[in-house]
Amino acid sequence: MLAWIIPGMGSLARRRGLAGKVVILGAILTAFIIVMTVLSPWITPYNPSKINVGTPLTAPDSQFPLGTDNVGRDMLSRVIAGGGVMLQVALVSVAVCLIVGVPLGLFSSHIGGVVDKFFSLIMDSVYAFPGIILAIAFAMVLGRGVINMALAIAVVYVPSYFRVIRSQVLSIKELPYVEAANSIGAKRGTILRRYILPNVLPSIVVVATVNFADAILTAAGLTFIGLGVPVNVPDWGWDLTNGRSLLPSGKWWVITFPGIMIILLALGFTLMGEGLSELLNPRLEQGAEK
Amino acid sequence: MTLRTYVIARVLLTIPMIFILLTTVFFVMRVLPGDPVQMHFEKMASPEAMARMRIQLGLDKPLWAQYFDYVVGLFRGDLGKSMQDYSPVGQQIFSAFPATLELAICSMLIAGLIGVFLGVESAKAYNKPKDHVIRVFGIVTYAIPVFFLGMMLQMIFGVWLHWLPTGGRIAPGMDPTGLNIPLSASSSAFAAYFLAPCLVGVILASIYLVVAKMKHKKFGRKAFAVSLALFAAGWAISAGLGWYFVSSGGVHVSTGLFTVDSLLEGNIFKFGLSLKYLLLPSLTLGLVLCGIFIRLTRSNVFETVRLDFVTAAKARGLKDSTVTYWYALRNAFLPVLTMMGLEFAMLLGGAVLTETTFSWPGLGRYLVDRINFRDYTAIQGAVVVFGLFVSLVSLIVDLLYAYLDPRIRL
Repeated sequence: MLAWIIPGMGSLARRRGLAGKVVILGAILTAFIIVMTVLSPWITPYNPSKINVGTPLTAPDSQFPLGTDNVGRDMLSRVIAGGGVMLQVALVSVAVCLIVGVPLGLFSSHIGGVVDKFFSLIMDSVYAFPGIILAIAFAMVLGRGVINMALAIAVVYVPSYFRVIRSQVLSIKELPYVEAANSIGAKRGTILRRYILPNVLPSIVVVATVNFADAILTAAGLTFIGLGVPVNVPDWGWDLTNGRSLLPSGKWWVITFPGIMIILLALGFTLMGEGLSELLNPRLEQGAEK
Repeated sequence: MTLRTYVIARVLLTIPMIFILLTTVFFVMRVLPGDPVQMHFEKMASPEAMARMRIQLGLDKPLWAQYFDYVVGLFRGDLGKSMQDYSPVGQQIFSAFPATLELAICSMLIAGLIGVFLGVESAKAYNKPKDHVIRVFGIVTYAIPVFFLGMMLQMIFGVWLHWLPTGGRIAPGMDPTGLNIPLSASSSAFAAYFLAPCLVGVILASIYLVVAKMKHKKFGRKAFAVSLALFAAGWAISAGLGWYFVSSGGVHVSTGLFTVDSLLEGNIFKFGLSLKYLLLPSLTLGLVLCGIFIRLTRSNVFETVRLDFVTAAKARGLKDSTVTYWYALRNAFLPVLTMMGLEFAMLLGGAVLTETTFSWPGLGRYLVDRINFRDYTAIQGAVVVFGLFVSLVSLIVDLLYAYLDPRIRL
């Protein structure tokens, strides 16, 4: 699959043992959770939203392997089905970031001058700011809903895309083949699209993968402080918030399993991003071979 | 570029950054759909009541006038009135800030210590199993939601083991008072105006003399004049302070940091107690943040260990730990330091969630509490103060970096 996204990446993954394995491990983890979420209507043992399936707050036993929550819903079913909202939010926010951040970064750095300075200053200001705090403010103003939450998260992360792309374009712009294209009279748009973009693409993939994990964690955080999406489908973030009040009485299973799922999902994307960035920037590994 | 030009440029750049942030937050809060007053009442109040509130908060003015008022108010330290109780937001933020500062400092220390230690260990065992374990640990800490880790630690150390409190900043009624020395004007005037100032003056003058002696300066007329002037200055300043303290009824010093205040109060029991309350929240936040320190330290130490001066140190037969910590780490530390500036923003973001998890009465919890009341002014104020704080820290880190590494100024 990777080989389709970036030509040559597949063979690279095979050559560099560990980093390639890390990417594949992350991809398997992520794919597993996505498939599980998509198939959840057919594979959950009970209806995850149905209350009083079992006695409320049953500890994990043979009938309910992960226990039940405070209104008697089966936690295993909720864990299987609870990734939907978070995945949607992350997907939409990454898409928005790509649509806004990538063209902005390309054009700003290619045009240069005052325009570039202006955008860089704005992006740096946002970048330097604690992401979740800004997301909280935006999410509160925008109101609830998957799209609104995704937008609030996207605002925070557009600068990461902008910065990476800008720095890449600035170095690629100086390469002889771009200069050659310039000298034979290629149009600005053509140069951007055919000469620069393909070389920036790998970094975009890395940023987007890492950003997926960030978006998931931010979405979980927003849900935790009560700015979540008010839907009646199971959601790991909501379960964590719900389980918080049960914590003093020692009902550990209500929060533990949804929390682990969030970690696994974020971990999957982080591993992929880590591995990919190491494949693309093998400076350290080369050092080791000396 | 000299250091001075760099400092000036960097400070000047901070101003537009803060200004952009301020403007963005202000207009996003105002322009996006959703009238704050309507949202605040959830459309339940009469139109007259809402109009009254608008006038009281200045929301009836045109947008540009509101913006102007806000910016002018900011320069006076006025962040507007809370929409919930009409009290000044600035004061509420000011009283919540020390708790966040205390948490931030402590977590940064924990993150730095754990991160640098594990990073060095990882670099020493490069590509061996130990290295892989540490790297996996670093990646996992990055993927853990901070509030989930917090709840797990609460569960283990608070609910099951009963070792540590699960929330709050200190036991009720135990707030440390800070340094408190009651002074009544009649009894201590002599001490405050004469004895103590004389002592301070003598100390100042003798410090000068000792330093002069160490620099092998001759004790002539000039040195005598300087020490006399120092004595007079010390006397005058401390007599002024003495007058201030006596007239205000005594010495009251309180930082708002409970660990510092309890030490100032001289109450070891309270100090231990506040540490106990501080430990879990800062451990949570520190663990979540240590991943980046691990990674940076690892790659930088690994690159430094292969440089000639480290090999030379090894060849001279220095102990292994001395070489890594005193030679390699010291030179690998600069990139870690720069990261601290950026890391600090993440730290404050994490602090918001950690404070909510542990009911830690800081700025983050204030922000989250006010969301439920749709208190726009308070939220705007908290965001702006967070922004100022981050800009200030990154400014300091950058300047420190420029001072330590002359290349950055080029």
